[in-house]
Amino acid sequence: MTTSDEVDFERVTVSDLSRFYGRRRALSHVTLECRAGEIIGLLGPNGAGKSTLLSVLATLAEPSTGEVRYGRWTARDGGANLRARIGFLSHDLQLYPELSACENLEFFAGLYGLDRPEARAHAALMTAGLEDRADDVVEGFSRGMRQRLALERTLLHTPRLVLFDEPFTGLDEASCGALVDRLRALRADGHIVVIATHDLDMVDGVLDREVLLRSGRLRSLDYEGTLRDRYRLGVATPPGAVKRSREAHDPVDGVEAEPLV
Amino acid sequence: MHRRLFPALAGLSLCFFVVAPVLIVRAPYESTMGLVQKIFYFHFPAWMAMFLAIFILGISSGIYLFRRKPAADRLAVASAELAVVFGLMGLITGPLWGIKAWGVWWQWDARLTMAVILELILVAYLLLRQYGGAGSDRLAAGLGLFAMANVPFLYISTEIWRTVHPRTSVVPTLPVDFGIPLWWSLVGFIVLCFALLSVRSRLEEQRGALDQLYLAVEEE
Amino acid sequence: MRRFLQVAWLVVRKDLRVESRSKEMLFTTLFFAISSVLVFSFGFVRAGQAVEGAAAGILWIAIAFSGTLALSRAFERERYHDALQGLLLAPVDRPAIYLGKLIGLLLLLAVVEAVVVALVTFLFGAPLFRHGWWLVLLLSLGTVGFASVGTLFSAMLVRTRSRAVLLPVLLYPVTIPVLIAGVSGTAALVQPEPDLAMTRLWASLLVFFDTVFLTLALWTFEPVMTE
Repeated sequence: MTTSDEVDFERVTVSDLSRFYGRRRALSHVTLECRAGEIIGLLGPNGAGKSTLLSVLATLAEPSTGEVRYGRWTARDGGANLRARIGFLSHDLQLYPELSACENLEFFAGLYGLDRPEARAHAALMTAGLEDRADDVVEGFSRGMRQRLALERTLLHTPRLVLFDEPFTGLDEASCGALVDRLRALRADGHIVVIATHDLDMVDGVLDREVLLRSGRLRSLDYEGTLRDRYRLGVATPPGAVKRSREAHDPVDGVEAEPLV
Repeated sequence: MHRRLFPALAGLSLCFFVVAPVLIVRAPYESTMGLVQKIFYFHFPAWMAMFLAIFILGISSGIYLFRRKPAADRLAVASAELAVVFGLMGLITGPLWGIKAWGVWWQWDARLTMAVILELILVAYLLLRQYGGAGSDRLAAGLGLFAMANVPFLYISTEIWRTVHPRTSVVPTLPVDFGIPLWWSLVGFIVLCFALLSVRSRLEEQRGALDQLYLAVEEE
Repeated sequence: MRRFLQVAWLVVRKDLRVESRSKEMLFTTLFFAISSVLVFSFGFVRAGQAVEGAAAGILWIAIAFSGTLALSRAFERERYHDALQGLLLAPVDRPAIYLGKLIGLLLLLAVVEAVVVALVTFLFGAPLFRHGWWLVLLLSLGTVGFASVGTLFSAMLVRTRSRAVLLPVLLYPVTIPVLIAGVSGTAALVQPEPDLAMTRLWASLLVFFDTVFLTLALWTFEPVMTE
């Protein structure tokens, strides 16, 4: 199957998701709803479970309890077709350093069953501004260039749900700006964007919503002030104090996702 | 279910093992080996119990892998450990018998060879569970399936290998049909196997319950 | 089915391309295999003469050892840039990825085995080429059996901490039937009066082993790789 029109969704619903192994708990009763045309920030200290949550959203890991629904499908129902609608830019970029930029993109284009892989690869390289380095081996690229390439790889198959794990790490000012613009463009196109990050200043003003993960538990940051202030407050407040931490998040006022054609 | 099962099974196997020595003593002496041969009455059933445990390991591993039933995983761990234990019994009684009956500790007998290799696979299973870290339950389930699938191949390959190579000592193959004492011990061992399985799975179940409690407490 | 094979082929092509740039795996595995054979020869050569029947054993042990090395290297590479995750994320039948990695490995091992066979013939004077096609058959079947289990186990262990130690611990006992069959079959070929019937018997055992375990590996790859 080269197209995956069978599976598409407007929202991703996480219901009472927990993930634990023995006595170690990575995620605890996480409830979250994400809609098309939203950028959601996943904040939290290291080891809070952000990467785990992203893994579960990407269908790479299964919930221990609870479930994740993509529209009306779960990971198991959706199978390979569901994966075609998900893009994940992990911290490790998942590129092959021995291959050239073009070869990397062509490989993934072929893997995703896209038609005309060479043409698509070239178009993606143009978007990334890397067409003059198309045949250069990725090993020689800077972190910023690899990031741009990996971003194109993630978006090659125009996924509905796009997940980012610490995408601003190691990027310079210009690249960060370009990435933020890209995020805005994704939102405008009706994608669902979930981004886990430490770079609060960078995403302040870009996020539609942000949630805080601490020790596997999720809470929203309903405070006043800049993102950084809210984050600090959220981290400082002990879990029991905030009553609203467990409820499903209400949609942002006045913004309803439009039905897709 | 386990709570009532174990005492019943343990009691039953106890009966078997209490009576077994009586039957074994009363059994006729085998012509060439005399008294020493009687170790066979425990040696053979130990092997059979090991095979039973491996079979259960394979099935429960398969169920856990494809259906994710936690009870299957607990049963798999229990049967792997028991298979190692019964295998050890066989591997100890074998050479003991050998040294007295034929003057050698070890001969590259097909079945002994196969048993050693199976024992290695089972120990590997336990090592994987112990040192594999997170997610090793699923990996071990894969190994458990492979272990069970391997049994016929190990049997055939060691058999053929053995018939090709000349033996250094004469190892008579004993007829399996050796009368009441053998069947009695065999049943006793099988009942013991099930008894130990039930108590060991129960232990795993309680460990799981304890972990759940820990997690619940941390929720506060 | 066509897509399945296409995906496997894509993975193979990618692996070959990556390997052709650095050739690291090829050289290290080859070197290791050659060293192993030389080390064994010290143990099995007495008064300038090879111990009878040692050649077959040494051949297969060298293959097993270098095979294990190649397996761990192959997946180490995937692990390095989390590339395996990238593959698992793709909307493909996951067993196709397994098949692709397996074929890539078989190609590498074919090259290594060719060198090892030549070396063993040279050092031990064993007439391995006398029934060349039978030898090729045994080596192919044996390597497929060994590698199909090995690729699965290696993939399984890719995120495990003690994977370097655990791979041989898991792999060797499970693939002993392959080694027994391979060594015995080869020995039957090189002995003074070759026993082709015996070789045929061992080859058929290998066919069964390969069928069962390749199927089992394809079947269990997906559940085993999901976290």
